[in-house]
Amino acid sequence: MQGSGIEVLFLGSNFARLLEGLWVTMRISILAVVMSVPLGILFGLFMTLQNPIAKAVSRVYLEFIRIMPQLVLLFIAYFGVTRAFGWNWDAEFSAVLVFTLWGTAEMGDLVRGALKSIPQHQYDSAQALGMSRMQTFGYIIIPQTLRRLLPPTINLTTRMIKTTSLVVLIGITEVLKVGKQIIDVNRFRYPTASLWVYGAVFILYFLACWPVSVLAKYLEKRWR
Amino acid sequence: MAQQNHNMLEVSGLKKRFGDDIVLDGVDLTVSRGEVVVILGSSGCGKSTLLRCINGLESVDEGSIRIDGEEVAVGSRSLTRLRQKIGMVFQSYDLFPHKNILDNITLAPVKVQKRSKQEARAQAEQLLRRVGLWEKRKAYPRELSGGQKQRVAIVRALCLNPEIMLFDEVTAALDPEMVREVLDVMLELAQGGMTMLIVTHEMQFARAVADRIVFLDEGKVLENLPAEEFFENPRTQRAKDFLQTFEFKKQ
Repeated sequence: MQGSGIEVLFLGSNFARLLEGLWVTMRISILAVVMSVPLGILFGLFMTLQNPIAKAVSRVYLEFIRIMPQLVLLFIAYFGVTRAFGWNWDAEFSAVLVFTLWGTAEMGDLVRGALKSIPQHQYDSAQALGMSRMQTFGYIIIPQTLRRLLPPTINLTTRMIKTTSLVVLIGITEVLKVGKQIIDVNRFRYPTASLWVYGAVFILYFLACWPVSVLAKYLEKRWR
Repeated sequence: MAQQNHNMLEVSGLKKRFGDDIVLDGVDLTVSRGEVVVILGSSGCGKSTLLRCINGLESVDEGSIRIDGEEVAVGSRSLTRLRQKIGMVFQSYDLFPHKNILDNITLAPVKVQKRSKQEARAQAEQLLRRVGLWEKRKAYPRELSGGQKQRVAIVRALCLNPEIMLFDEVTAALDPEMVREVLDVMLELAQGGMTMLIVTHEMQFARAVADRIVFLDEGKVLENLPAEEFFENPRTQRAKDFLQTFEFKKQ
Protein backbone atom coordinates (compact mmCIF):
# COMPACT_ATOMS: atom_id res chain seq x y z
CA MET A 1 0.00 0.00 0.00
CA GLN A 2 3.11 2.20 0.18
CA GLY A 3 2.48 5.44 -1.66
CA SER A 4 -1.18 4.90 -2.49
CA GLY A 5 -2.10 7.46 0.13
CA ILE A 6 -4.82 5.46 1.80
CA GLU A 7 -2.89 5.62 5.09
CA VAL A 8 -3.90 9.27 5.33
CA LEU A 9 -7.22 8.05 6.65
CA PHE A 10 -5.56 6.43 9.64
CA LEU A 11 -2.97 9.13 10.47
CA GLY A 12 -3.35 10.34 14.02
CA SER A 13 -7.01 10.61 14.89
CA ASN A 14 -8.16 11.26 11.33
CA PHE A 15 -10.63 8.40 11.14
CA ALA A 16 -12.11 9.16 14.54
CA ARG A 17 -12.51 12.79 13.44
CA LEU A 18 -14.35 11.71 10.30
CA LEU A 19 -16.69 9.59 12.42
CA GLU A 20 -17.21 12.55 14.72
CA GLY A 21 -18.10 14.63 11.68
CA LEU A 22 -20.55 11.95 10.60
CA TRP A 23 -22.10 12.04 14.04
CA VAL A 24 -22.72 15.80 13.66
CA THR A 25 -24.47 15.09 10.36
CA MET A 26 -26.51 12.30 11.88
CA ARG A 27 -27.35 14.31 15.00
CA ILE A 28 -28.79 17.15 12.96
CA SER A 29 -30.75 14.87 10.64
CA ILE A 30 -32.04 12.54 13.37
CA LEU A 31 -33.25 15.50 15.47
CA ALA A 32 -34.90 17.06 12.42
CA VAL A 33 -36.54 13.78 11.33
CA VAL A 34 -37.76 12.97 14.84
CA MET A 35 -39.42 16.37 15.07
CA SER A 36 -40.63 16.52 11.45
CA VAL A 37 -42.58 13.26 11.53
CA PRO A 38 -45.05 14.08 14.33
CA LEU A 39 -45.25 17.75 13.31
CA GLY A 40 -45.73 16.69 9.69
CA ILE A 41 -48.57 14.33 10.67
CA LEU A 42 -50.30 17.19 12.46
CA PHE A 43 -49.64 19.51 9.52
CA GLY A 44 -51.00 16.90 7.11
CA LEU A 45 -54.21 16.57 9.15
CA PHE A 46 -54.41 20.37 9.26
CA MET A 47 -54.13 20.48 5.46
CA THR A 48 -57.14 18.18 5.06
CA LEU A 49 -59.39 20.61 6.94
CA GLN A 50 -62.07 22.21 4.81
CA ASN A 51 -61.57 25.61 6.47
CA PRO A 52 -60.40 28.15 3.83
CA ILE A 53 -58.06 29.93 6.24
CA ALA A 54 -56.38 26.64 7.16
CA LYS A 55 -56.05 25.86 3.47
CA ALA A 56 -54.52 29.25 2.64
CA VAL A 57 -52.07 29.16 5.57
CA SER A 58 -50.87 25.65 4.82
CA ARG A 59 -50.54 26.40 1.14
CA VAL A 60 -48.40 29.47 1.70
CA TYR A 61 -46.20 27.58 4.16
CA LEU A 62 -45.78 24.58 1.88
CA GLU A 63 -45.02 26.65 -1.22
CA PHE A 64 -42.60 28.94 0.62
CA ILE A 65 -40.57 26.04 1.98
CA ARG A 66 -40.67 24.20 -1.33
CA ILE A 67 -39.64 27.13 -3.51
CA MET A 68 -36.82 28.36 -1.27
CA PRO A 69 -33.58 26.43 -1.71
CA GLN A 70 -32.61 24.90 1.61
CA LEU A 71 -29.37 26.85 1.50
CA VAL A 72 -31.25 30.14 1.40
CA LEU A 73 -33.36 29.04 4.34
CA LEU A 74 -30.19 28.18 6.25
CA PHE A 75 -28.70 31.61 5.51
CA ILE A 76 -31.91 33.34 6.57
CA ALA A 77 -32.01 31.40 9.83
CA TYR A 78 -28.34 31.82 10.64
CA PHE A 79 -27.34 35.22 9.24
CA GLY A 80 -30.61 36.93 8.41
CA VAL A 81 -32.32 36.47 11.74
CA THR A 82 -29.28 37.75 13.61
CA ARG A 83 -29.15 40.85 11.40
CA ALA A 84 -32.85 41.54 11.56
CA PHE A 85 -33.70 40.75 15.15
CA GLY A 86 -30.34 40.41 16.86
CA TRP A 87 -31.14 36.83 17.94
CA ASN A 88 -27.90 34.99 17.93
CA TRP A 89 -28.84 31.45 17.10
CA ASP A 90 -26.16 28.82 17.26
CA ALA A 91 -25.40 27.24 13.84
CA GLU A 92 -26.56 23.78 14.80
CA PHE A 93 -29.80 25.13 16.22
CA SER A 94 -30.41 27.03 12.98
CA ALA A 95 -29.73 23.89 10.98
CA VAL A 96 -32.10 21.72 13.03
CA LEU A 97 -34.75 24.45 12.82
CA VAL A 98 -34.50 24.78 9.04
CA PHE A 99 -34.49 21.04 8.42
CA THR A 100 -37.45 20.59 10.76
CA LEU A 101 -39.43 23.30 8.96
CA TRP A 102 -38.59 21.69 5.65
CA GLY A 103 -39.28 18.14 6.85
CA THR A 104 -42.60 19.17 8.38
CA ALA A 105 -43.76 20.69 5.10
CA GLU A 106 -42.72 17.65 3.06
CA MET A 107 -44.05 15.16 5.60
CA GLY A 108 -47.31 17.07 5.84
CA ASP A 109 -47.81 16.82 2.12
CA LEU A 110 -47.11 13.08 2.23
CA VAL A 111 -49.66 12.61 5.03
CA ARG A 112 -52.25 14.65 3.19
CA GLY A 113 -51.74 12.58 0.04
CA ALA A 114 -51.91 9.27 1.93
CA LEU A 115 -55.10 10.27 3.77
CA LYS A 116 -56.75 11.42 0.57
CA SER A 117 -55.84 8.20 -1.21
CA ILE A 118 -57.99 6.10 1.15
CA PRO A 119 -61.22 5.63 -0.81
CA GLN A 120 -64.52 6.87 0.60
CA HIS A 121 -66.01 3.37 0.64
CA GLN A 122 -63.55 2.37 3.34
CA TYR A 123 -65.11 5.00 5.62
CA ASP A 124 -68.61 3.98 4.50
CA SER A 125 -68.20 0.28 5.08
CA ALA A 126 -66.58 0.81 8.49
CA GLN A 127 -69.51 3.01 9.50
CA ALA A 128 -72.02 0.58 8.04
CA LEU A 129 -70.54 -2.05 10.38
CA GLY A 130 -71.44 0.21 13.28
CA MET A 131 -67.98 1.59 13.98
CA SER A 132 -67.68 4.97 15.64
CA ARG A 133 -65.52 7.71 14.14
CA MET A 134 -62.69 6.84 16.50
CA GLN A 135 -62.91 3.14 15.66
CA THR A 136 -63.04 3.89 11.94
CA PHE A 137 -59.84 5.90 12.17
CA GLY A 138 -58.14 3.59 14.67
CA TYR A 139 -58.78 0.24 13.00
CA ILE A 140 -59.30 1.11 9.33
CA ILE A 141 -58.00 4.49 8.15
CA ILE A 142 -54.80 5.02 10.17
CA PRO A 143 -53.36 1.51 9.65
CA GLN A 144 -53.87 1.85 5.89
CA THR A 145 -52.46 5.39 5.87
CA LEU A 146 -49.33 4.29 7.74
CA ARG A 147 -48.71 1.52 5.24
CA ARG A 148 -48.86 3.97 2.40
CA LEU A 149 -46.81 6.51 4.30
CA LEU A 150 -43.85 4.44 5.39
CA PRO A 151 -41.88 4.12 2.16
CA PRO A 152 -42.05 7.83 1.22
CA THR A 153 -41.27 8.82 4.80
CA ILE A 154 -38.12 6.75 4.73
CA ASN A 155 -37.14 8.28 1.41
CA LEU A 156 -37.61 11.70 2.95
CA THR A 157 -35.34 10.64 5.82
CA THR A 158 -32.49 9.70 3.51
CA ARG A 159 -32.96 12.94 1.59
CA MET A 160 -32.68 14.86 4.84
CA ILE A 161 -29.52 13.01 5.86
CA LYS A 162 -27.90 13.88 2.53
CA THR A 163 -29.04 17.48 2.45
CA THR A 164 -27.46 18.20 5.84
CA SER A 165 -24.13 18.47 3.99
CA LEU A 166 -25.22 22.07 3.29
CA VAL A 167 -24.67 23.05 6.92
CA VAL A 168 -20.97 23.35 6.13
CA LEU A 169 -21.86 26.72 4.65
CA ILE A 170 -23.00 28.13 7.97
CA GLY A 171 -19.80 26.96 9.62
CA ILE A 172 -20.71 23.60 11.08
CA THR A 173 -17.88 21.09 11.03
CA GLU A 174 -19.66 17.99 9.79
CA VAL A 175 -18.21 15.02 7.99
CA LEU A 176 -17.51 16.77 4.70
CA LYS A 177 -15.79 19.69 6.41
CA VAL A 178 -13.60 17.34 8.47
CA GLY A 179 -12.65 15.60 5.24
CA LYS A 180 -11.69 18.89 3.65
CA GLN A 181 -9.52 19.78 6.67
CA ILE A 182 -7.71 16.45 6.48
CA ILE A 183 -7.08 16.91 2.75
CA ASP A 184 -5.80 20.47 3.23
CA VAL A 185 -3.38 19.52 6.00
CA ASN A 186 -1.92 16.61 4.02
CA ARG A 187 -1.93 18.26 0.60
CA PHE A 188 1.85 17.99 0.11
CA ARG A 189 2.64 14.74 1.83
CA TYR A 190 -0.32 12.86 0.36
CA PRO A 191 -1.37 14.46 -2.94
CA THR A 192 -3.98 11.71 -3.49
CA ALA A 193 -5.60 12.30 -0.11
CA SER A 194 -8.73 13.82 -1.65
CA LEU A 195 -9.55 10.58 -3.43
CA TRP A 196 -9.30 8.50 -0.24
CA VAL A 197 -10.96 10.97 2.04
CA TYR A 198 -13.91 11.72 -0.21
CA GLY A 199 -14.14 8.00 -0.93
CA ALA A 200 -14.37 7.34 2.78
CA VAL A 201 -17.01 10.08 3.16
CA PHE A 202 -18.99 8.52 0.33
CA ILE A 203 -18.91 5.14 2.07
CA LEU A 204 -19.91 6.68 5.39
CA TYR A 205 -22.93 8.40 3.80
CA PHE A 206 -23.80 5.17 2.10
CA LEU A 207 -23.62 3.27 5.37
CA ALA A 208 -25.86 5.84 7.00
CA CYS A 209 -28.54 5.85 4.29
CA TRP A 210 -28.46 2.30 2.96
CA PRO A 211 -30.02 0.51 5.97
CA VAL A 212 -32.86 3.02 5.86
CA SER A 213 -33.43 2.29 2.16
CA VAL A 214 -33.35 -1.45 2.77
CA LEU A 215 -35.93 -1.03 5.52
CA ALA A 216 -38.13 0.94 3.13
CA LYS A 217 -37.96 -1.75 0.49
CA TYR A 218 -38.66 -4.50 2.98
CA LEU A 219 -41.71 -2.74 4.39
CA GLU A 220 -43.00 -1.87 0.93
CA LYS A 221 -42.90 -5.53 -0.02
CA ARG A 222 -44.43 -6.76 3.22
CA TRP A 223 -47.28 -4.26 3.31
CA ARG A 224 -48.24 -4.15 -0.29
CA MET B 1 -86.41 -6.79 22.20
CA ALA B 2 -87.98 -7.37 18.79
CA GLN B 3 -91.31 -5.63 18.63
CA GLN B 4 -93.45 -7.67 16.32
CA ASN B 5 -96.01 -4.93 15.83
CA HIS B 6 -93.51 -2.75 13.96
CA ASN B 7 -92.55 -3.13 10.36
CA MET B 8 -88.87 -3.92 9.94
CA LEU B 9 -88.42 -0.78 7.90
CA GLU B 10 -90.67 2.22 7.50
CA VAL B 11 -89.73 5.10 5.25
CA SER B 12 -92.18 7.96 5.02
CA GLY B 13 -92.12 11.21 3.07
CA LEU B 14 -88.36 10.94 2.56
CA LYS B 15 -86.77 13.88 0.77
CA LYS B 16 -83.11 14.29 -0.04
CA ARG B 17 -81.37 17.02 -1.99
CA PHE B 18 -77.79 17.36 -3.17
CA GLY B 19 -77.49 21.10 -3.75
CA ASP B 20 -80.28 21.95 -6.16
CA ASP B 21 -80.78 18.34 -7.24
CA ILE B 22 -83.76 16.64 -5.67
CA VAL B 23 -82.65 13.02 -5.47
CA LEU B 24 -85.46 11.60 -3.36
CA ASP B 25 -88.80 13.35 -3.60
CA GLY B 26 -91.15 12.04 -0.97
CA VAL B 27 -90.45 8.31 -0.85
CA ASP B 28 -92.76 6.03 1.16
CA LEU B 29 -91.73 2.44 1.64
CA THR B 30 -92.35 -0.30 4.14
CA VAL B 31 -90.67 -3.65 4.44
CA SER B 32 -92.11 -6.16 6.84
CA ARG B 33 -90.19 -8.87 8.62
CA GLY B 34 -88.95 -11.61 6.31
CA GLU B 35 -89.93 -9.74 3.18
CA VAL B 36 -87.61 -9.36 0.19
CA VAL B 37 -88.07 -6.08 -1.67
CA VAL B 38 -86.18 -5.23 -4.83
CA ILE B 39 -85.80 -1.61 -5.90
CA LEU B 40 -85.61 -1.07 -9.63
CA GLY B 41 -85.07 2.05 -11.67
CA SER B 42 -82.67 3.57 -14.15
CA SER B 43 -79.34 5.04 -13.07
CA GLY B 44 -79.61 8.23 -11.11
CA CYS B 45 -83.16 7.58 -9.93
CA GLY B 46 -82.06 7.65 -6.30
CA LYS B 47 -81.89 3.92 -5.49
CA SER B 48 -78.43 3.98 -3.95
CA THR B 49 -79.09 7.21 -2.12
CA LEU B 50 -82.19 5.64 -0.59
CA LEU B 51 -80.13 2.73 0.79
CA ARG B 52 -77.46 5.09 2.07
CA CYS B 53 -80.09 7.17 3.86
CA ILE B 54 -81.55 4.05 5.49
CA ASN B 55 -78.15 3.24 6.90
CA GLY B 56 -77.52 6.80 8.04
CA LEU B 57 -74.62 7.31 5.62
CA GLU B 58 -76.51 10.29 4.20
CA SER B 59 -78.51 12.80 6.18
CA VAL B 60 -82.15 13.28 5.32
CA ASP B 61 -83.76 16.62 4.47
CA GLU B 62 -87.37 15.73 5.23
CA GLY B 63 -89.38 12.72 6.30
CA SER B 64 -88.40 9.83 8.51
CA ILE B 65 -86.83 6.39 8.44
CA ARG B 66 -87.60 3.85 11.14
CA ILE B 67 -85.88 0.55 11.67
CA ASP B 68 -87.90 -1.71 13.91
CA GLY B 69 -89.77 1.35 15.14
CA GLU B 70 -86.65 3.34 15.93
CA GLU B 71 -85.77 6.54 14.11
CA VAL B 72 -82.52 6.63 12.07
CA ALA B 73 -80.92 9.98 12.91
CA VAL B 74 -77.52 10.93 11.49
CA GLY B 75 -75.09 11.98 14.19
CA SER B 76 -77.11 10.53 17.06
CA ARG B 77 -75.61 8.16 19.60
CA SER B 78 -78.16 5.50 18.84
CA LEU B 79 -77.01 5.32 15.21
CA THR B 80 -74.06 2.95 15.74
CA ARG B 81 -76.33 0.65 17.75
CA LEU B 82 -79.04 0.84 15.12
CA ARG B 83 -76.57 0.12 12.34
CA GLN B 84 -75.84 -3.25 13.90
CA LYS B 85 -79.37 -4.23 12.98
CA ILE B 86 -78.67 -3.27 9.38
CA GLY B 87 -76.22 -5.20 7.25
CA MET B 88 -75.06 -3.43 4.12
CA VAL B 89 -73.09 -4.63 1.12
CA PHE B 90 -71.81 -2.13 -1.44
CA GLN B 91 -71.06 -2.19 -5.12
CA SER B 92 -67.34 -1.48 -4.74
CA TYR B 93 -65.31 -4.20 -3.09
CA ASP B 94 -65.17 -2.69 0.32
CA LEU B 95 -63.18 -5.25 2.32
CA PHE B 96 -60.38 -3.85 4.45
CA PRO B 97 -57.21 -4.53 2.43
CA HIS B 98 -54.87 -4.63 5.43
CA LYS B 99 -56.76 -7.42 7.19
CA ASN B 100 -57.17 -11.05 6.21
CA ILE B 101 -60.60 -12.51 5.51
CA LEU B 102 -61.23 -13.80 9.01
CA ASP B 103 -60.17 -10.50 10.62
CA ASN B 104 -62.31 -8.57 8.16
CA ILE B 105 -65.30 -10.54 9.38
CA THR B 106 -64.63 -10.63 13.11
CA LEU B 107 -63.41 -7.04 13.56
CA ALA B 108 -66.83 -5.46 14.05
CA PRO B 109 -68.36 -8.28 16.13
CA VAL B 110 -65.41 -8.08 18.54
CA LYS B 111 -64.79 -4.32 18.61
CA VAL B 112 -68.29 -2.96 18.09
CA GLN B 113 -70.47 -5.64 19.64
CA LYS B 114 -67.88 -6.57 22.28
CA ARG B 115 -68.34 -10.26 21.66
CA SER B 116 -65.61 -12.76 22.53
CA LYS B 117 -63.06 -13.60 19.87
CA GLN B 118 -63.81 -17.34 19.97
CA GLU B 119 -67.51 -16.82 19.62
CA ALA B 120 -67.11 -14.39 16.67
CA ARG B 121 -64.68 -16.79 15.02
CA ALA B 122 -67.03 -19.71 15.44
CA GLN B 123 -69.82 -17.80 13.74
CA ALA B 124 -67.45 -16.59 11.00
CA GLU B 125 -66.41 -20.18 10.37
CA GLN B 126 -69.98 -21.37 10.09
CA LEU B 127 -70.86 -18.54 7.67
CA LEU B 128 -67.69 -18.89 5.60
CA ARG B 129 -68.31 -22.60 5.22
CA ARG B 130 -71.81 -21.84 4.04
CA VAL B 131 -70.47 -19.68 1.18
CA GLY B 132 -67.62 -22.12 0.52
CA LEU B 133 -64.75 -19.80 1.49
CA TRP B 134 -63.48 -21.23 4.79
CA GLU B 135 -60.26 -22.27 3.04
CA LYS B 136 -59.63 -18.62 2.23
CA ARG B 137 -59.84 -17.38 5.82
CA LYS B 138 -56.12 -16.53 5.99
CA ALA B 139 -56.00 -14.88 2.55
CA TYR B 140 -55.99 -11.13 2.00
CA PRO B 141 -58.72 -9.43 -0.06
CA ARG B 142 -56.32 -8.78 -2.97
CA GLU B 143 -55.88 -12.54 -3.39
CA LEU B 144 -59.60 -13.10 -3.96
CA SER B 145 -61.70 -12.75 -7.09
CA GLY B 146 -64.44 -10.14 -7.22
CA GLY B 147 -67.15 -12.69 -6.60
CA GLN B 148 -65.32 -14.15 -3.63
CA LYS B 149 -64.81 -10.68 -2.19
CA GLN B 150 -68.50 -9.92 -2.42
CA ARG B 151 -69.37 -13.21 -0.73
CA VAL B 152 -66.99 -12.30 2.09
CA ALA B 153 -68.57 -8.84 2.29
CA ILE B 154 -71.96 -10.50 2.70
CA VAL B 155 -70.61 -12.80 5.41
CA ARG B 156 -69.02 -9.82 7.15
CA ALA B 157 -72.37 -8.05 7.28
CA LEU B 158 -74.18 -11.23 8.41
CA CYS B 159 -71.75 -11.85 11.24
CA LEU B 160 -73.27 -8.89 13.11
CA ASN B 161 -76.59 -10.77 13.11
CA PRO B 162 -78.48 -7.97 11.37
CA GLU B 163 -82.25 -7.98 11.14
CA ILE B 164 -82.32 -6.47 7.67
CA MET B 165 -79.81 -6.64 4.83
CA LEU B 166 -79.29 -3.88 2.26
CA PHE B 167 -77.63 -4.76 -1.05
CA ASP B 168 -76.49 -1.88 -3.25
CA GLU B 169 -75.84 -3.22 -6.77
CA VAL B 170 -73.48 -5.81 -5.36
CA THR B 171 -72.94 -7.54 -8.70
CA ALA B 172 -72.62 -4.43 -10.88
CA ALA B 173 -68.82 -4.39 -10.80
CA LEU B 174 -68.37 -8.14 -11.28
CA ASP B 175 -67.40 -10.14 -14.33
CA PRO B 176 -70.45 -11.98 -15.68
CA GLU B 177 -69.20 -15.42 -14.57
CA MET B 178 -68.88 -14.20 -11.00
CA VAL B 179 -72.37 -12.79 -10.75
CA ARG B 180 -74.02 -16.15 -10.26
CA GLU B 181 -72.10 -17.22 -7.18
CA VAL B 182 -73.02 -13.99 -5.39
CA LEU B 183 -76.67 -14.08 -6.39
CA ASP B 184 -76.92 -17.70 -5.23
CA VAL B 185 -75.79 -16.67 -1.76
CA MET B 186 -78.41 -13.91 -1.71
CA LEU B 187 -81.13 -16.23 -2.93
CA GLU B 188 -80.28 -18.70 -0.17
CA LEU B 189 -80.45 -15.91 2.41
CA ALA B 190 -83.85 -14.85 1.13
CA GLN B 191 -85.13 -18.42 1.34
CA GLY B 192 -83.81 -18.59 4.88
CA GLY B 193 -86.21 -15.80 5.85
CA MET B 194 -83.87 -12.80 5.95
CA THR B 195 -85.47 -9.39 5.49
CA MET B 196 -83.81 -7.86 2.46
CA LEU B 197 -83.84 -4.65 0.47
CA ILE B 198 -82.01 -5.08 -2.81
CA VAL B 199 -80.96 -2.66 -5.52
CA THR B 200 -80.01 -4.54 -8.67
CA HIS B 201 -80.01 -4.46 -12.45
CA GLU B 202 -80.30 -8.25 -12.75
CA MET B 203 -83.92 -8.61 -13.84
CA GLN B 204 -84.06 -12.39 -13.81
CA PHE B 205 -82.68 -12.43 -10.32
CA ALA B 206 -85.06 -9.71 -9.18
CA ARG B 207 -87.95 -11.75 -10.43
CA ALA B 208 -86.71 -14.89 -8.71
CA VAL B 209 -85.91 -13.37 -5.35
CA ALA B 210 -88.40 -10.55 -4.79
CA ASP B 211 -91.68 -10.65 -2.96
CA ARG B 212 -92.29 -7.08 -3.99
CA ILE B 213 -90.85 -4.66 -6.53
CA VAL B 214 -90.52 -0.94 -5.90
CA PHE B 215 -89.97 1.05 -9.08
CA LEU B 216 -88.28 4.40 -8.52
CA ASP B 217 -88.13 7.19 -11.06
CA GLU B 218 -86.74 10.68 -10.51
CA GLY B 219 -86.85 10.23 -6.78
CA LYS B 220 -90.47 9.07 -6.63
CA VAL B 221 -92.01 5.65 -6.11
CA LEU B 222 -93.94 4.98 -9.32
CA GLU B 223 -94.89 1.39 -8.63
CA ASN B 224 -95.01 -0.79 -5.57
CA LEU B 225 -96.35 -4.20 -6.58
CA PRO B 226 -95.96 -7.91 -5.93
CA ALA B 227 -93.08 -9.09 -8.10
CA GLU B 228 -95.04 -11.22 -10.59
CA GLU B 229 -97.55 -8.47 -11.11
CA PHE B 230 -94.90 -5.87 -11.77
CA PHE B 231 -93.17 -7.93 -14.41
CA GLU B 232 -96.38 -9.12 -16.06
CA ASN B 233 -98.45 -6.01 -15.73
CA PRO B 234 -96.60 -2.82 -14.94
CA ARG B 235 -99.06 0.03 -14.43
CA THR B 236 -97.07 3.00 -15.67
CA GLN B 237 -95.66 3.68 -19.12
CA ARG B 238 -92.32 4.56 -17.50
CA ALA B 239 -92.03 1.09 -15.97
CA LYS B 240 -93.03 -0.55 -19.25
CA ASP B 241 -90.31 1.40 -21.06
CA PHE B 242 -87.83 0.46 -18.39
CA LEU B 243 -88.58 -3.25 -18.64
CA GLN B 244 -88.45 -3.01 -22.43
CA THR B 245 -84.81 -1.96 -22.31
CA PHE B 246 -83.94 -5.41 -20.94
CA GLU B 247 -85.64 -7.25 -23.79
CA PHE B 248 -83.78 -8.14 -26.93
CA LYS B 249 -85.70 -9.04 -30.07
CA LYS B 250 -84.50 -9.44 -33.59
CA GLN B 251 -85.66 -6.43 -35.54
